[in-house]
Amino acid sequence: MELVKPAIGLVFWMVITFGALFFILAKFAWKPILGMLDEREKTIADSLDQANKARAEMAALTSKNLDLLNQAKEERNMILHEAKEAADKLKNEMLAKAQQEVEAKIQTAFREIEIQKRAAITEVKNSVGLLALDIAEKVIRKDLKGNAEQLEYVNKLAKESNLN
Amino acid sequence: MITAIKTNLKYCFTVIFFAVFAVFTASANPQEETPTAKFDAGKLIIEHISDSHEWHVMGEGESVVALPLPVILYTDKGLEFFSSGNFKHGKATCAGNYNYKLNEKNQVEVVGANNEVDAAATAKIWDFSITKDVASLFFSAALLLIIFLSVAGSYKKNAGHAPKGIQSFFEPIIIFIRDDIAKQSIGPKYERFMPYLLTIFFFIWFGNLLGMIPLLPGGANLTGNIAITGTLAVFTFIITTINANKNYWHHVFAMPGVPKPILIILTPIEIMGVFLRPFVLTIRLFANITAGHIIALSFFCLIFIFGEMHKGVGLGVGVFAVAFNVFMGLLELLVGLIQAYVFTLLSAIYFGAALEEPHNHKESII
Repeated sequence: MELVKPAIGLVFWMVITFGALFFILAKFAWKPILGMLDEREKTIADSLDQANKARAEMAALTSKNLDLLNQAKEERNMILHEAKEAADKLKNEMLAKAQQEVEAKIQTAFREIEIQKRAAITEVKNSVGLLALDIAEKVIRKDLKGNAEQLEYVNKLAKESNLN
Repeated sequence: MITAIKTNLKYCFTVIFFAVFAVFTASANPQEETPTAKFDAGKLIIEHISDSHEWHVMGEGESVVALPLPVILYTDKGLEFFSSGNFKHGKATCAGNYNYKLNEKNQVEVVGANNEVDAAATAKIWDFSITKDVASLFFSAALLLIIFLSVAGSYKKNAGHAPKGIQSFFEPIIIFIRDDIAKQSIGPKYERFMPYLLTIFFFIWFGNLLGMIPLLPGGANLTGNIAITGTLAVFTFIITTINANKNYWHHVFAMPGVPKPILIILTPIEIMGVFLRPFVLTIRLFANITAGHIIALSFFCLIFIFGEMHKGVGLGVGVFAVAFNVFMGLLELLVGLIQAYVFTLLSAIYFGAALEEPHNHKESII
């Protein structure tokens, strides 16, 4: 069959033509075409990447702002809290100090009173002693005038020197 | 569309019925029989799908219109160069270093003084003529160059913009070959095979389509010629072999994970397979495209076969044959694309196999 017997002439021309076609197309057609396609795809991919990055950055920025706001709020709360605590502490301290002073003053007063009391009692004792001595002296001076009279006199003295 | 086919089929049946009826009528009328030369469909078909020294346009015998092509012969007495028109469509002898004549199969033969074929001298001449297929090869190569250089030009002009015009028609195809054929079959090293894959794809596709055009720039059975498909397959084979790595040869000569006794059987099969692949590539493309041409020609021949019986039958069958050929033509458009795709895909798969790196063969042991 001639149909399945390759003709040498056609093989020869095919090798030359296809070879030339291949090298010309490879250099002047496929290389620029594939290069441009790659470049375009790369540009698209890069643009998408950049868009994504920008979006992520925006999101990061927003969340950062929110963080800052929250932080500021927290700080404010902390400051307020601290201030309140300090005020409370001061108040309590002052109250305690005042109480202490009052107590100290009361103590001093009690002590003064005690001293005064003692002094008064000592004075009373001294007075009673002197009175007794006085009475005893008077009694002794009037000793001789009878028993009834004597007794009456003592009573009279006792009434006179009523201690109250 | 479907109703159209249905009506066509109905019409066809009518035609066939009429044809059968006409056969009886014809046999009843002996004076209608046997024109001078009986129509030989087989010869006509083989002539049309075979290579030729002239580019046939129309007609036959005396009234043939054909473009004569240059004949280039390499003989032991030097190169011969003359027009195939000198053969007068096979009727005349051309004198040069020898006397040449075209034989029945459209091949150049050396003839002696008494017009007898000199087989010994014929065996010594090398025919490098620009035959119909060579001319068609030049034409399709020129077409490819014009189209793809202009596409490349518009890529340069349109850099960074969306494709335009013819560029936007070919871009998806180029991307398809890159992404779905090369990247998938070859892997990360696909880039160095891209020019070859693109060239064979478009060469085969354009060749297939040009073969479907019945008139001059087309009409040659270029991609249905075994010399063309064989050369392409040999290119694929050479590229595969040059790029093959250790792993590929290891797979061929000693398939890993296979017991030694089996290797005795497997290795010859694998070695055969290496050479069988380009052979199968050759045959597949050749057979598919040639078959398409034969089918189209057969249906047209039917017209003349029936026409010899009776002109009316020929006319009737003609309607049916043309309708069927339109359908076959659409199918052949698809086949032309599919065969270009298959050839490219298989080439890419062979390149991929040649480049494949060794991986675990656990699965092959199991």
